[in-house]
Amino acid sequence: MALVRIPPVLRPSVGGEREVEAAGNNIGEVLASLVANHPATKDQIFGPDGTLNRYVNVYLNDEDVRVLDGLETVVGAGDHLVILPAMAGGS
Amino acid sequence: MEGSVQNPNQSTTAAELIADIKLRVAEVAPAEIKDGLPEGAVLIDVREDGEYATGHIPSAHHIPRSYLEMRIENIAPDRDTPLVLYCAGGVRSLYAAKTLVDDLGYTDVKSLNGGITLWKDGGHPVEIPKTLTPVQADRYSRHLLLSEVGLEGQQKLLDAKVLLLGAGGLGSPTALYLAAAGVGTLGIIDGDVVDRSNLQRQVIHTEDRIGTLKVESAAASINALNPDVEVVQYPYRIGPDNIMDILPNYDIVVDGLDNFPTRYLLNDASVRLKIPVVSASILGFEGQISVFSPYEGPCYRCLFPVPPPPELAPSCGANGVLGVLPGTMGLLQATEVMKLILGQGDTLVGRLLLYDALATSFTELKIGRDPECPICSRSPDAISDSEMGVFPDYDAFCDGSH
Repeated sequence: MALVRIPPVLRPSVGGEREVEAAGNNIGEVLASLVANHPATKDQIFGPDGTLNRYVNVYLNDEDVRVLDGLETVVGAGDHLVILPAMAGGS
Repeated sequence: MEGSVQNPNQSTTAAELIADIKLRVAEVAPAEIKDGLPEGAVLIDVREDGEYATGHIPSAHHIPRSYLEMRIENIAPDRDTPLVLYCAGGVRSLYAAKTLVDDLGYTDVKSLNGGITLWKDGGHPVEIPKTLTPVQADRYSRHLLLSEVGLEGQQKLLDAKVLLLGAGGLGSPTALYLAAAGVGTLGIIDGDVVDRSNLQRQVIHTEDRIGTLKVESAAASINALNPDVEVVQYPYRIGPDNIMDILPNYDIVVDGLDNFPTRYLLNDASVRLKIPVVSASILGFEGQISVFSPYEGPCYRCLFPVPPPPELAPSCGANGVLGVLPGTMGLLQATEVMKLILGQGDTLVGRLLLYDALATSFTELKIGRDPECPICSRSPDAISDSEMGVFPDYDAFCDGSH
């Protein structure tokens, strides 16, 4: 089980949780498991072609998965994922 | 003398001591370094503050002899750094060199023969440092006590020009603390007027200034805090029509913008002009901050090549923000600005810091340059003037996100 940090804009889609657990051996499987449990997150994370939306970054521990093996990146038990959409709010 | 303690070295005279040091510490003549020191070598003026203020050799660092052991590692942490010390006449620098060699283990320390006196006699240039007034020396005394700031650093702060985009939640604390620290010029861009609902977090404004322009209100607070600071007011929104006129006047930009189109516009312009941007954003109980230093680290487009759709990019007004959160994030921005000005420490270039106020947790993520970044993968000169003159229609680009 990996622990996935949910950004504020996605929390309404996961029942308000800040972190959720999700199963899977790689990033793609963990995110698919997240989407299966919380279908409202699907269109926010994945594009129509099944790839990560480009305005969403996913980090395994502190590394961007795009510089690792993308959705194929292996996830171990106890790893942390961070889903990070861009934020703009300063006022 | 009766009752006195016998010191085995008491027979050594000052002249003998100097002669002994000269056997071990090499001296250089002014002519040898008049065209600059070898690569990597460091020149250090070990005279007292008052002497340094009358003029020093250009490029010299200043560490008074009495602070030498405490401060030398800030300038030369590597013991093998070649050092050249000088004083007024070449004697104190020999003593200082002996200390660095014998007590601290520096391996390559030389002394300037004849000191700055012989340097001047040779007709070589002297730079007269700007000095603080007695009032400034008092105001910034806690900075002057820090070896990482000191007189040199305070002067850098006073000479610095920082542009704040927005006098809102993030801009308020950033502006106040940068002003207190003595950052000499603060430009502030904001077209809004003070509203009562701002006062829960925008601490630079006051109840009696509701309805006045935010830039005027901010300038009033800053001038009341520190009259050293010149505030340049831009009472309008930054946009494609004015950004290239305003940005070149500043060393660093502080981004507290509340909308995506302008964040992308700012990114492209700052990369073109090679001006670092200290960028933060806040929402609810969470904030994120990084430093985008063009060509040194990633730019905003490397991190987020495209903006999110409007439903994923709510503005603070619609979603609420904890009143103290912009204080925390704004002061992290102010800290990064000061480090950039002073050239001290490790900035957030290449790192994105997330703060979760409810959990009281910080998360640090690595962010790298995108070799295919549409902006910073190209040299600024490769971007033609005509391209720079025509910015994309950002409002249509991510309509509704602000």
